[in-house]
Amino acid sequence: MALLETRGLTAAYGDFQALFGVDITVGAGETIAIIGANGAGKTTLMRSISGVLANATESILYRDEPIGALPAPDILARGIAMVPEGRKLFPSLTVEENLLIGNYGRKVVGPWTLESIFALFPILKERRSNPATALSGGQQQMVAIGRALMSNPEVLLCDEISLGLAPVVVRDIYAAFPRIRETGASIVIVEQDIAQALNVADRVYCMMEGRVTLTGRSTDLSRDDIHKAYFGTEHHELA
Amino acid sequence: MNWLDTILQGVLLGGLYALFAAGLSLVFGIMRLVNLAHGDLIVLAAFLILVLVTTLGLNPFISALVAMPLMFAIGWALQYFLLNRTLGKDILPPLLVTFGLSIVIQNGLLEGFSADSRRVFAGSIESASVNLGPVTAGIMPLMTFFSAVAVIVGLNQLIYRTSVGRAFRATSDDPVTAGLMGIRPQRIFAMATGLAMVVVTIAALYLGTRANFDPTSGPSRLIYAFEAVIIGGLGSLWGTLAGGIILGVAQTVGAAINPEWQILAGHLAFLGVLLFKPRGLFPRAVD
Repeated sequence: MALLETRGLTAAYGDFQALFGVDITVGAGETIAIIGANGAGKTTLMRSISGVLANATESILYRDEPIGALPAPDILARGIAMVPEGRKLFPSLTVEENLLIGNYGRKVVGPWTLESIFALFPILKERRSNPATALSGGQQQMVAIGRALMSNPEVLLCDEISLGLAPVVVRDIYAAFPRIRETGASIVIVEQDIAQALNVADRVYCMMEGRVTLTGRSTDLSRDDIHKAYFGTEHHELA
Repeated sequence: MNWLDTILQGVLLGGLYALFAAGLSLVFGIMRLVNLAHGDLIVLAAFLILVLVTTLGLNPFISALVAMPLMFAIGWALQYFLLNRTLGKDILPPLLVTFGLSIVIQNGLLEGFSADSRRVFAGSIESASVNLGPVTAGIMPLMTFFSAVAVIVGLNQLIYRTSVGRAFRATSDDPVTAGLMGIRPQRIFAMATGLAMVVVTIAALYLGTRANFDPTSGPSRLIYAFEAVIIGGLGSLWGTLAGGIILGVAQTVGAAINPEWQILAGHLAFLGVLLFKPRGLFPRAVD
């Protein structure tokens, strides 16, 4: 049974429609990846699920409850936390304060505490009193992930966590994911790096121009299928 | 002329200006809202204390304690139901709405209390003083100053040491991302304005017991509050205290040279600071 599901999800910024009927499902404990080029609608999908964008109420279901129209604090309270694109750390807060604020709207007992996040990313403990924006990009991404984990989410949404980071740093960050999966949380990863996505996810959705163009188990998809779904068909007709 | 005494009196007067300004500084720091009705809200709180003193026969200090939760509720509702709707990219709507609010409060008070000057009588404590070696200080001015310091320390503790304070700062940085943390910015803003009105009540207590006030005395308090905030640097509470003190000292020194210069000297000090430090003495690093 699906834990989280979108049904014919549409989203628009004013006159510009970004999603045209997206259907995805996320099972309990499952890790899925959403891949696609810039402008495919991946971030819009994450913003819709997390409540930053309001949608038709029936278009997003969580534990069979319609949540599409709920604002972000209500989504978090239900157990869906997001690592936003671009990290979005609070510059006025220290590293430790950025982590502590992660459970402001959802205080549940679970595997994630300040101590267990410092154990996951030991460098953050050393830098706990620094302003969050004084850290390197990779360390900032660790803070953003730790901040989302502080609410002990049932679903963790990660939007472009490797964006702008060196490959070696990306590897360090993804090394934390097996530990996050062990806690039983479902994970949704938005990723432009196809190899990284196939490596970490059970299933993959490929998006293009606001629609899902391909879906399947990571092990079943061929490189060629993904390439076509990612970039579209070989030739575009000129209007 | 005793310079030491003049400066001490100025510092203590600065405490009163810092109290006027602290609420303004808090609200601006958290939501970038310039509340042009701030002075009138101080006068409103002074009338509230006056009513409690005259109808219930309470001591002014007890009256202020009673008035605090009432003013918190007024501030909370004002922000939640009215001012939140004015916040956005455009800075003009909050200015227009609070300007209108200022007129509404003044005329409402005029209807209810007439244009007479009022005072809140605090008894013998008003004229009590202590001898501090070469100078003498009044008990009320000393209490005003230490209340101002206590308010600034208290607000700083709240903002930098508590969970609510973290939410204040996070919401000030980025309300959308704060929502992802489960913070409801509308309620955080309402709480901040409620808190500012508690500080306003303390300011009103000292305004009402130390000087006359009438329904139209709000705007002149607002000017001193603005000047204190801007001298100190926007968003810095300790800066606001420093700004109040600079203003107070400038006024008493000006008055000591020539009584006609009291107000002018304060404004000149303000302009002087703007000339050399356009962002104030202790501006916040960001923005």
